Amino acid sequence: MIGRSVRRLEDPRRLRGEGVYVDDVHLSGMLHATVVRSPHAHARLREIDAAAARAAPGVAAVFTAGDLMDALRPIPIRLVPDDRLLRYLQHPLAIDRVRYVGEPVALVVARSRAAAEDAAERVEVGFEPLPAATDAGSPPPAALFDYTPDNVASLIEEGFGDPDAAFARAHRIVRLTFRTGRHTAVPMETRGLVAAPDRGAAHGRGRLTIWGPTKVTHFNRGVLAAMLGWPEHRIRLVEPEVGGGFGARGEFYPEDFLVPCAALRLGRPVKWIEDRVEHLSAINHSREQCYELALALDPDGRFLGLRAEMTNDMGAYLRTHGTVVPGLSAGMLPGPYEMEAYRCRVRCVLTNKTPTGTYRAPGRFECNAARERLIDRAARVTGIDPVELRMRNLIRPERMPFARGTTILGEEVEYDSGDYPHALAEAASLSGFPSRVRGEAGDGEAPDGKAPDGKAPGGKEAGGRPAARYRSGWGLACFVEKTGTGPFEGARACLDRSGALVIATGAADLGQGLETCLAQIAGDALGVDHVGIIVRHGDTDLIPHGVGSFASRGTVMAGNAVHAAVSQLRTRLLERAAARLETEVSDLVIEADGVVRGAGGGSCTLADLAAEPGLETVHYFRCERMAYSHGVAVARVRVDTATGLVVPERIWLLYDVGRVVNPGLVAGQIEGGIAQGLGGALLEELRYDDAGQFLSGSFMDYLLPGTTDVPSIVHRDLGGSPSPRNPLGVKGAGEVGIAGIGGAIANAVADALGDAEGDSDRLPLTSERVWARARAMEAAGSPGSPRAPGAPAAGAGAAAPA
Amino acid sequence: MSDAVSELRDVEVTVNGTVRRERVEPRLTLADFLRHTLGLTGTHVGCEHGVCGCCTVRLDGAAVRSCILFAVQAHGRRIETVEGLADGESLHPLQEAFSDHGALQCGFCTPGFLMTAIEFLDRYPDPDEEAVRDALSGSLCRCTGYQSIVAAVLDAARRLRQGG
Repeated sequence: MIGRSVRRLEDPRRLRGEGVYVDDVHLSGMLHATVVRSPHAHARLREIDAAAARAAPGVAAVFTAGDLMDALRPIPIRLVPDDRLLRYLQHPLAIDRVRYVGEPVALVVARSRAAAEDAAERVEVGFEPLPAATDAGSPPPAALFDYTPDNVASLIEEGFGDPDAAFARAHRIVRLTFRTGRHTAVPMETRGLVAAPDRGAAHGRGRLTIWGPTKVTHFNRGVLAAMLGWPEHRIRLVEPEVGGGFGARGEFYPEDFLVPCAALRLGRPVKWIEDRVEHLSAINHSREQCYELALALDPDGRFLGLRAEMTNDMGAYLRTHGTVVPGLSAGMLPGPYEMEAYRCRVRCVLTNKTPTGTYRAPGRFECNAARERLIDRAARVTGIDPVELRMRNLIRPERMPFARGTTILGEEVEYDSGDYPHALAEAASLSGFPSRVRGEAGDGEAPDGKAPDGKAPGGKEAGGRPAARYRSGWGLACFVEKTGTGPFEGARACLDRSGALVIATGAADLGQGLETCLAQIAGDALGVDHVGIIVRHGDTDLIPHGVGSFASRGTVMAGNAVHAAVSQLRTRLLERAAARLETEVSDLVIEADGVVRGAGGGSCTLADLAAEPGLETVHYFRCERMAYSHGVAVARVRVDTATGLVVPERIWLLYDVGRVVNPGLVAGQIEGGIAQGLGGALLEELRYDDAGQFLSGSFMDYLLPGTTDVPSIVHRDLGGSPSPRNPLGVKGAGEVGIAGIGGAIANAVADALGDAEGDSDRLPLTSERVWARARAMEAAGSPGSPRAPGAPAAGAGAAAPA
Repeated sequence: MSDAVSELRDVEVTVNGTVRRERVEPRLTLADFLRHTLGLTGTHVGCEHGVCGCCTVRLDGAAVRSCILFAVQAHGRRIETVEGLADGESLHPLQEAFSDHGALQCGFCTPGFLMTAIEFLDRYPDPDEEAVRDALSGSLCRCTGYQSIVAAVLDAARRLRQGG
């Protein structure tokens, strides 16, 4: 059962259009809500006049901060809470100041969504605009919170060894400034909620049921209960079918309080469905970081030390992730490489932009790209081939488990298993990655014939002179991915009266195929076919404790919980069968169709055994140490220097995610992650003007990759390193596809255009930026000059230690 | 404005072979009409500005975005939605191919891809990969990375040419 690419159990209903997503939930007497949002990046909030809106046709209520003042509590941090950060938390409605475009200031509830939206336009809000802080890297023109004039919410320090000593011994020091743009996850389904109070719920009787939450339903139930001052058992959160998450969807947002609160006050069901325009300015943003890096190398190209100064634009408030994302960057920046010393300092800076949180491979998409660009620059400066330079520094398999010396999510980073040099060797071989010893390849062009598909690597001319319009580039990135974050996940297993195995878990399905994956694991544990196993999830009534689906943890945490719970159930069931068939447990076999046979020829069905109650087990799998996947991403691009268009011609991804439950599901995660990575590397950017006006409020402005933007993808599971940290030996795969793409693309573009400082050292590499880079390259003279032998690349060289 | 929106209009359409008559506000989109008036919630709404393709249905055979059409514009016309694709218990060969190739994950964009692809395959029964990518370039999927979708459509074309 485990290891097969079986068809997904989720597919038939989703292919028929029968899946029930939150906007498909329709309740009798249901009202519809819309959120009135701030059009200003920063303003004092004066009076709100909602009289005209309240008088508009079909309006049931308008709620402002004044109306809900006694109920407004800040939304707490979910991961790694820190009391020092409490004063930067967001309230569900702005109270006396708005701090970003899109911040909720009122909720309108009406008989239809159209009526609510009509009335929302009649809410008169008095704003007194203030200067806006939009650049985390420059002195702020305004303080978001009066008690923090520099807008620095937190400083993070991370590291090991003695960087001063390492840099003092350096043969060369290579520097890089690298930026990643603001992206967000953009699930195809926007957020939404339906909150339905029982009669009397507002008066301490009955319950409140909410459809639409996902990802971390148990945690969110606790947050809502605390905000309402209710016991948790009076609240039920139900995950419907969910149209994608990728880290952003499912956190506790302002609406997760406002909609239930409105339903309670009105005593009627209330639905809120986010539209795409508000989604882009309301859901967590991510990724906006700037790195100043310095790498110290010895004469053989071995890494002595790495120094990083990083600024993370947090947006206007700290949300449920607190400062987890920059913390992940600081803890994972050294990646898969040996080094004696490392020091990273992070400034977490508040700006008048949408608050931030996690998005698939949070903190690692960014830090992997920065580090891998730095290494390619070091290869250029030292004249060592980039694959060879990495080989000299990768952690070798005999060093596993490897104590990284850093901390993430309060846990010491210790890589559990993996052969990193093997992955790189395979990646270079499979992709035909051109060797690039100084002076050999020249001008960032691959020697002809290296491309495995037999195509010439691009329309360029020998030696790169005169300048060809189309230039080819190759880039790669090595990475380690943290997966399987604890502390626990649970599973309940039982046989229903028909003999069907029913699993319940606190993990969530956001489209990834959790039901199929857990059914395969359950089928493996029981010894029956996975088809017919029922996996239920995402409903807080199913199981008392749950953590959820994030951080590539579903298969690791819920998978091992299911395996243990079903194994225990199997033991109980065989004991019962042995008594019934008057034989020994050791003489029994469970066949794939669920018939239990004894050696003596007697048999019974699972339904026979389930006729009496009691076949039910619960197991909570605990794991204090994460499992670490790893991989190598390779990109071959073609750059049109006349237009700045970067065409990724082919992507290779070699990965090791431990034991694989369903290769097809893993392939889906890999390919989907790669496509998102290409979006973040080339197209997607949430932009603001200097006044903090949001400029990316539609899919015409925020460009997602489509079928013609994503090239042929070659990926291969290297296997070979099951995790020693859980009985199944599995590691997470959800973020492996995206983790290295930014670095591979940035390196490929730098290879094509020459490695000079400038806009090629930021993501996304939009046509506009690449075109400007190509013009600068032309203006500087020969297109090959940045690569000319003997000429150190700009911004690098044997400079004094940092 | 409230007077204008209250002027209801009669709409009669044939949806998946069944005639439906309703009175609707002129501003009601075809997507909302299908989903909320007729209860055909298989058609999804992803952007409401005609870019993502999730809401694609067939109108007199042509693949259209139902979020940027009004219900009244469909008056007297024939509509096919994802609910009409399968033949009872048997999935359509295109749906089978999607499942075989892992061409769906969360399933939110899937109805739009199916309705776009089926129209394309009606017109071009033997396409190559480039043509498939081009034909689907107006639909967005955030889960799959498209490779599996393209493979599924090519495979579905083979199955359909061989009689399903």
